[in-house]
Amino acid sequence: MDNIPAVIEALIFASESPLPLEKICAVLDGVDKTEVKDALDKLIAAYEERQSGISIQEVAGGFQFRTRPELALWIKKLKGTKPGSLSPAALETLAIVAYRQPIVKAEIETVRGVDVSAPLKGLLEKKLIRIMGRKDAPGKPIIYGTTKKFLEVFNLKELTDLPTMRELTEITEQQSALDLETAEENVGEQQIITQESFEKQISQEIPEEISEDDNDS
Amino acid sequence: MNEELSTDYAIKLDIFEGPLDLLLYLIKKNEIDIYNIPIALITQQYLDYIHMIKSLNLDLAGEYLVMASTLIHIKSRMLLPIPEDPSEEDLEEDPRSELVRQLIEYQAFKEAAEKLAKRPLLERDVFVRSAALPEDMIRSRPEDDELIEASIFELIEAFHNIVARLDNKELLEIDLEKLSLTDIINDVMDRLTRERNLTFEELLGERKDRRRIVYTFLALLELIKLKMVKAYQTAAFGVIRIFPAVES
Repeated sequence: MDNIPAVIEALIFASESPLPLEKICAVLDGVDKTEVKDALDKLIAAYEERQSGISIQEVAGGFQFRTRPELALWIKKLKGTKPGSLSPAALETLAIVAYRQPIVKAEIETVRGVDVSAPLKGLLEKKLIRIMGRKDAPGKPIIYGTTKKFLEVFNLKELTDLPTMRELTEITEQQSALDLETAEENVGEQQIITQESFEKQISQEIPEEISEDDNDS
Repeated sequence: MNEELSTDYAIKLDIFEGPLDLLLYLIKKNEIDIYNIPIALITQQYLDYIHMIKSLNLDLAGEYLVMASTLIHIKSRMLLPIPEDPSEEDLEEDPRSELVRQLIEYQAFKEAAEKLAKRPLLERDVFVRSAALPEDMIRSRPEDDELIEASIFELIEAFHNIVARLDNKELLEIDLEKLSLTDIINDVMDRLTRERNLTFEELLGERKDRRRIVYTFLALLELIKLKMVKAYQTAAFGVIRIFPAVES
């Protein structure tokens, strides 16, 4: 089969939603997966090379034709509509859900310092977040997470594709360092803190258990 | 200074997303090190802002007052003398640390939100091929389309739509038809095996009174729960079709 790129192109074009590689492979039954990936890469490169108005983007675990961002102006002119944008409150709430999911409302409110009922409702209506279940805690609070549509709207391949939060990792490191200090004081200077007990300390286990663990190890 | 602050806030009134946002603004404005906040100064400016909002008779979210009391509490704790024996009171950390941690965390998420907003957003910066309008979807046969599973919320939405259409036409009905959920379930299953698939509206037929709609809806929920039927739609907002789970 030498028209593989053409077939892939047609499949992506005809697909309603981002088309996963697995699905392309399933259609191209008998063709090696690496061969499919190769052809797909070449196809993507070809669109880049010819400065086409559309490109194949990897979003939400699949491939999709999308227009180039720099051409947005023209498409808006064609459509004549203004897109409904997200308020800062909604964006902040969405960011917290995205990075901290699964998460309950109270935890979001702790970070934002304000009530988040309204932005949560708006995000649910826009289908950017979804209810994942209920937490086994008093009051059975609802657990929220992001949707596939969130990935599609924000042009993300998958959740790990989210831009890293530098500041936040720094905080956790500082926090860990602090925890380590207190843990050392608790068990005395001679004993070495094992990784296991250290992690337990972070997850706020009672100090007695840590010394027990250390004796075991 | 108060004068200057007031005019400054007047423009920024509803820009603040909450007390943490306001505090971050004050810290930035005064060029303060976030790890070493002069609590007296910040508390003063924070309270000025609250008074200003109140004098303008604007609604002030309760969270702002909670933060005001937190600030005053921290301020008073910092005035307390440090205990003589530090080893005893080791747990006594800087009264500001919890607030600082909160501020930094909030700031990180605020930045993350801004980063997200800068991404090429669908329908704002990038576009996909336009989907067919819902009207076109109605006529297309389900066999021709790839079906997506309808969620319970979409089913509820369909239910709402039908009840909304019913609205004022409902008259006082005296000869109430005896309905039982079991009957409706059997009826739904009978018709589905006969006709292979039906929309919610087709299932209702001509008798669209509120009770019939509610019972049919309940029957559907029950059947879906029992995995005897499946609900599919061709696209978002498309017509929901009910299929028997096992083709007979």
